[in-house]
Amino acid sequence: MTDGSLAALVALGAFHGLNPAMGWLFAVARGLQERSRSLVLQALPAIAAGHAASVGAVAVLVALTRSVVATQTLAIGGGVLLVGFGLWRLLSQRHFRWVGMRISLWQLAGWSFLMSSVHGAGLMLLPVLTSSGTAPAGHDHGLHASGSALSTGVFVTAVHTLAMFTVAGVVAVAVYEILGLAVLRRAWFNLDRLWAAALIGAGTITVLTAL
Amino acid sequence: MALWKPDPTFYASPRDAVSAPPEKLAYVAAFDRAAEKPDAIAVLDVDPGSSSYGDVVGWTDLPYLGDELHHFGWNACSSALCPYAPHPHVERRYLIVPGLRSSRVYVIDTKENPTAPEIVKILEPDELAKRAGYSRPHTVHCGPEGLYLTALGGANGEDGPGGIALLDHTSFDVLGRWEVDRGPQYFAYDAWWHIAHDVLVTSEWGTPSMIEDGVVGELLLGRKYGHALHFWDLRKRRHVQTVDLGDEHQMALELRPAHDPTKQYGFVGVVVSVEDLSASVWAWHRDGDGWAAKKVITIPAEPADAAGLPPVIAPFGAVPPLVTDIDLSVDDRWLYVSCWGTGELKRYDVSDPFNPVEAGSVRLGGITGRAAHPAAPDLPLSGGPQMVEVSRDGRRVYVTNSLYGAWDDQFYPDGVGAWMAKLDSDPGDASANGFKLDERFFPHGEAFRGRRPHQTRLQGGDASSDSYCYP
Repeated sequence: MTDGSLAALVALGAFHGLNPAMGWLFAVARGLQERSRSLVLQALPAIAAGHAASVGAVAVLVALTRSVVATQTLAIGGGVLLVGFGLWRLLSQRHFRWVGMRISLWQLAGWSFLMSSVHGAGLMLLPVLTSSGTAPAGHDHGLHASGSALSTGVFVTAVHTLAMFTVAGVVAVAVYEILGLAVLRRAWFNLDRLWAAALIGAGTITVLTAL
Repeated sequence: MALWKPDPTFYASPRDAVSAPPEKLAYVAAFDRAAEKPDAIAVLDVDPGSSSYGDVVGWTDLPYLGDELHHFGWNACSSALCPYAPHPHVERRYLIVPGLRSSRVYVIDTKENPTAPEIVKILEPDELAKRAGYSRPHTVHCGPEGLYLTALGGANGEDGPGGIALLDHTSFDVLGRWEVDRGPQYFAYDAWWHIAHDVLVTSEWGTPSMIEDGVVGELLLGRKYGHALHFWDLRKRRHVQTVDLGDEHQMALELRPAHDPTKQYGFVGVVVSVEDLSASVWAWHRDGDGWAAKKVITIPAEPADAAGLPPVIAPFGAVPPLVTDIDLSVDDRWLYVSCWGTGELKRYDVSDPFNPVEAGSVRLGGITGRAAHPAAPDLPLSGGPQMVEVSRDGRRVYVTNSLYGAWDDQFYPDGVGAWMAKLDSDPGDASANGFKLDERFFPHGEAFRGRRPHQTRLQGGDASSDSYCYP
């Protein structure tokens, strides 16, 4: 893994953490409801866990696929999929539907998993996943290659999620303690559109790099 | 098209919403009782600095006859900021306008030309029947994952059960019946929620056959109209508890839960007690794991000479107050109570919801009172303050005078007329002086082109349109 990919992983983690829809806002809401900062803090690991599960599933899937399919094929296939998904996110007017504020931490993790998945959070890491490290050599198929692919997937997920968790945590506490939710009216930019653009961009980069 | 920043009319908390700028336009549902002219959405100028202040400045006729417009609501509101299904970049621009008699639902765009709103979609009655099994649509509320539309009747005008249909946020298509398990609930009317507690509340009026030709005396005296509240699990869509107010308390209608999402109480108005013709307001509240309700306001009937009364109440020799609508200010401090029979609008300080303190009253119309508006002191008024709407900052209160076509005719048989009034409410003055009619605002008679005005919705939202997920 190059420094560049590592930086990209961290940056994408920060970007996901910053998005109110990815969970920090839910943490703040739970805290405000009971006037309790510890409820804000309790919610964050559950949200991060759900996010990690969603991103990790994609990372591991990509890593495993890489161990059996040529990297170039994977990159092109994945990149095209990514552009398509990004276009769908850009054009679709549907939004995530869920009901319920009073949910357990387990349910909150499940919510975060679904929220991250429908937004394609893991897919956004595709350029990093397909360009990082060396692909296993042809003779090296089998358990050994799968093992190293898995560990790459886990590493990518951990770095990304740590960045996401840190940024979401800082934002949640800052909003809860200092800024207040009135900041939403001014500062809640339509990240969904930026997000869709990032997906399309990531897909394009993946394909171009592979060609 | 999605916005780059949240719609400026969305507020995270009721505390923030109170600082919203004053509305400039009001939308009023207006219907023709004879069904000879189309019903309409009237647009009122409510900007005191404008030269046409208090005038009808816009008018959109519907394409059909006999819809009987009644209640309506916005396509999106502050609940779009809720954390579990956030979509804050949609616009509050469409009015969702049900025809209570026809069961049609109109989607009307107010953005392109706010004073000439345009119909962009019509849901036909059979869509509501086929997909949700309901008819006679009534209340509209914008929820985080769709629009909730209550309906009084079963499919195609059958008697029941009434319930809630869920509508898609963007296409406005009927998605289906909301209830998974309705328990013993049969009657429907209003619905609202404690959104941060995953609790939905519904109230009861009657089925289509019980209301459409007027109030039925035997049913009323037989205590057959609705008299209970239903509490539901908003997530699981299941009935949780019925709270019966007692069968003498006929017709539990408008639900006004506290706007503060940390609170779990609210108010419901009861039209009439068959024991003494009084009307009442109840506060529902958490009671251990369940719910309970307590009568917190009783308004007695006013004795009157039977000769001056319409046949429906002449045998009783008294005028029932008939509390037909109530509205709670966004700061949860002031409750406005319409007495449509006696022609009075009362203001209560409900800082302590279980001990309301009356804080002003204004008389307009009334079955025997016929109190005039100061802007036209020689004109006796029919009808009374009925639908009441409060601005987000809590300083302006709007009332219209029609209840429901067939019932107007029973209680005001010589004609209910058509008028709208505005009151100035001073949140800093709990004395009667803090609650006064605005003498400059009195659209009436021909201003409404022969139609009867019903619910008012304020541009940008009002006290009964938005719910909030943050305190």
